[in-house]
Amino acid sequence: MPIADKQQSIQHLFWRAGFGATPAVIQRESHRPIRKVVHDLLHSHEAFAPLAVVDGESPVDRPVLRKLVREGTVDRVMLRQKIKDDTEHLRDLNGLWIERMASGQDALREKMALFWHGHFACRVRNPVAMQHYLNTIRQHALGRFGDLLMGVSKEPAMLQFLNNQQNRKNAPNENFAREVMELFTLGRGNYTESDIKQAARAFTGWGFSPDGQFLFRENQHDDGPKTIFGETGNFVGEDVIRLLLAKKPTARFVTEKLYRFLVDDQAGNLATNPRIDALADRFYSSGYDISDLLETILTADWFYEPAYIGNRIKSPVELLAGMQHTLSITFEQKQSVMFIQRTLGQVLLYPPNVAGWPGGRNWIDSSSLLFRMQLPNILLQAGQVNIKPKEDGDVNTELLARRGNRQMSATVSWTTFEQAFDNVKADKLPDALAAYLLQQPLGPAQRALVLKRVKPESTHSEQIRSLTAAIMALPEYQLC
Amino acid sequence: MKRRDFLTQSALTTAGTMLIPHFLKAFELNQLGAAPASGKTLVIVQLSGGNDGLNTVVPFRNDIYYRERPTLAIARDKVLAINDEIGFNPALESLKSLYDDGLVTVINNVGYPNPDRSHFRSMDIWQTASDADQYLQTGWLGRYLDANCAGSSSCHPHLAIEVDDTLSLALKGSSVNGLAVLDPKKLYNQTRSGLVENLATVKPAHAHDNVGYLYKTLAETVSSAEYVYDKSKQSGAGAVHTTTGTYPASELGNRLKTVSELIQSGVSTSVYYISISGFDTHINQPGQQERLLRQYGDAVKAFMGDMKASNRLNDVLLMTFSEFGRRVKQNASNGTDHGTANNVFLVGGGLPTGMQQRIFNEAPNLTNLDEGDLKYTVDFRSIYATLLRNWLKTDDVAILGRKFDTLGLV
Repeated sequence: MPIADKQQSIQHLFWRAGFGATPAVIQRESHRPIRKVVHDLLHSHEAFAPLAVVDGESPVDRPVLRKLVREGTVDRVMLRQKIKDDTEHLRDLNGLWIERMASGQDALREKMALFWHGHFACRVRNPVAMQHYLNTIRQHALGRFGDLLMGVSKEPAMLQFLNNQQNRKNAPNENFAREVMELFTLGRGNYTESDIKQAARAFTGWGFSPDGQFLFRENQHDDGPKTIFGETGNFVGEDVIRLLLAKKPTARFVTEKLYRFLVDDQAGNLATNPRIDALADRFYSSGYDISDLLETILTADWFYEPAYIGNRIKSPVELLAGMQHTLSITFEQKQSVMFIQRTLGQVLLYPPNVAGWPGGRNWIDSSSLLFRMQLPNILLQAGQVNIKPKEDGDVNTELLARRGNRQMSATVSWTTFEQAFDNVKADKLPDALAAYLLQQPLGPAQRALVLKRVKPESTHSEQIRSLTAAIMALPEYQLC
Repeated sequence: MKRRDFLTQSALTTAGTMLIPHFLKAFELNQLGAAPASGKTLVIVQLSGGNDGLNTVVPFRNDIYYRERPTLAIARDKVLAINDEIGFNPALESLKSLYDDGLVTVINNVGYPNPDRSHFRSMDIWQTASDADQYLQTGWLGRYLDANCAGSSSCHPHLAIEVDDTLSLALKGSSVNGLAVLDPKKLYNQTRSGLVENLATVKPAHAHDNVGYLYKTLAETVSSAEYVYDKSKQSGAGAVHTTTGTYPASELGNRLKTVSELIQSGVSTSVYYISISGFDTHINQPGQQERLLRQYGDAVKAFMGDMKASNRLNDVLLMTFSEFGRRVKQNASNGTDHGTANNVFLVGGGLPTGMQQRIFNEAPNLTNLDEGDLKYTVDFRSIYATLLRNWLKTDDVAILGRKFDTLGLV
């Protein structure tokens, strides 16, 4: 079967397993065997480092704050200030994470954390809880799925988001038990309503303390016998997680979702696909070793088949972090990265609901496509922003949305980028740049249109800049 | 070469020399202007943030209302009564006058089972018409577009227009999306930036699934933007069609004015969508809500006056909803927290005559609450089903995924 050329294959790997790579890295890695490049992606030299914008504060939730207001311990001015600070901290955490993605450091970890953020989708307004949740998914992103599942399930942010604080003996709340089966592990059709009811009883008492620590409240726990998946015992929450991991459909469900994310978001029904079956079996037998699964996928010959290359629609965050990484773009205002995410429909730490972002073609409609095509002009050539994302109804996020819409100053470090193309002759520049920037071929019509953007008599460096901005504005650049 | 010239010339060019996207062929055949099946127009105004329904339609004879809202309740003598039980917030004078003209229907207690009190989730549910525990990736109006598109050779985003810069989930379908247009001229200019305009007429080097999809979306966007802009221009003058109606200078006023201009231009759009925000009134509710309600009432009155003046009152129906109502009991910050069931308004002509009063159902029952919140009695999807089946004359069951009772409202 045909295999894509080496440069394109390496770029494919870096786009799918990260946020692209700089021309220098592509040149360097193109001379190494794929399996070594994959090995390095999986075993970063850097130790895991948590992202931190807040510390020490107790993640007091809103009802508690309101109570303090009623009691007079906190006045309204302080309350408003606290809400404003929280929103700004979430924005800063969002920005810090995008910055980390764009840095290229430990790229596969961040890419997988993005995947897990969509899989274990969660949004609460408390920045301490969100920061803790984010670092848990980042920490276990390449580890064992079981550790990740247990870690996320005990996150105060998740317990609050899925109402497990209200899940008590004699008054069970099934939200968490349902989503853990439907969305996190088994998928629909692999459990019964009774399994959910019984599992919800096992999770009673799982909550968190006012200082944001997981807490098992024994007096709220229903310690009677439960029957889940045909097994009976005086199960607690940890037992349910263990039972879920013991079920093969969990491995199958997670593997298929990851395959769609990494390999083929246009795949049809994969329910009886032998390739997914084999990957899922291996994932299960390895004790849910995420790195092993990734290595298997990323080193497989089929991963580099032309049908998969350049056929994934970049999510807004992939597009943004990818452009930032390629051209070392930095923004003067923190608000700019939020503005772009809001306009394009993906704001980190604000997934639409527990099912995460639908992805794929859902990213594209008339207005989002037009904005994507204008973005290079805005960022690289100081183009004007003349649109405004709509407000989401929540008074607290609107505080931020209203600011800094029209000013977007970005600094591009062109010199580094240009160096890679210093020795390319003018007539070869469009194709050399397109081969690096696009994972789709540059058609003759597109090539002619791109060339029109170059002003006559411009310098080599000016040509690189104009061509880059034009190529990044093509529909082909929306794909990786 | 101008786009129009290109189109004219390419129509004369021998087939095969240039591959014209299928959609453009449709354009040449002048099918873009095909009128919507029903000849009716639906305008949706979404109040984002959770409008406080109890202070919008006030139960002014209810002691519980006054007891639970010591500083927020609207005084009995201020309420604009519409029967001996309920009446409008005094800021809704304009809406009251429309009501008196027989143009407004109030539907109380609208909601859905197992209500969600998160803005985002509840708005998702309203926009996708899903159950509370179901996650849909398409909106109900997007599926309306899909249904119109099925079996036809071309799908037109402009059949549903959101007057905004970005598109809501409500208008996203699986094979076609609606069109976001805040200003026809601005959108048109955006699609005229050399690259966009030219790319819409070429095809990609490879016919990979997704790249083909992007090019198709682009061609549809450019084509729809041009169609809407062309339509909205007055013949000869070159200016966008201007309505004679006078609108308040609010955001909603401006957007409804745009809707009116598009309707009067004869554009083949059957659904318009507008959202306005600011209803999340946890703190110091009264001034904020009154300001917004006044803007709403004044803008809607101006719009309806405009429709009447252009003889379209019987063909245009406006629906207003919010993602949830608010808690019965006020909070400690002179505001209200997120609640559940809420009222929905239908405004416009063509509503059945002879109804004694245009209040669809009973006022909220404040003695039978669900943890402090109103219980719904009308599923919002019954309203959607009614609008789809009886107003837009389409298959509500296919679009909503199952049968909801229609309400005999339209």
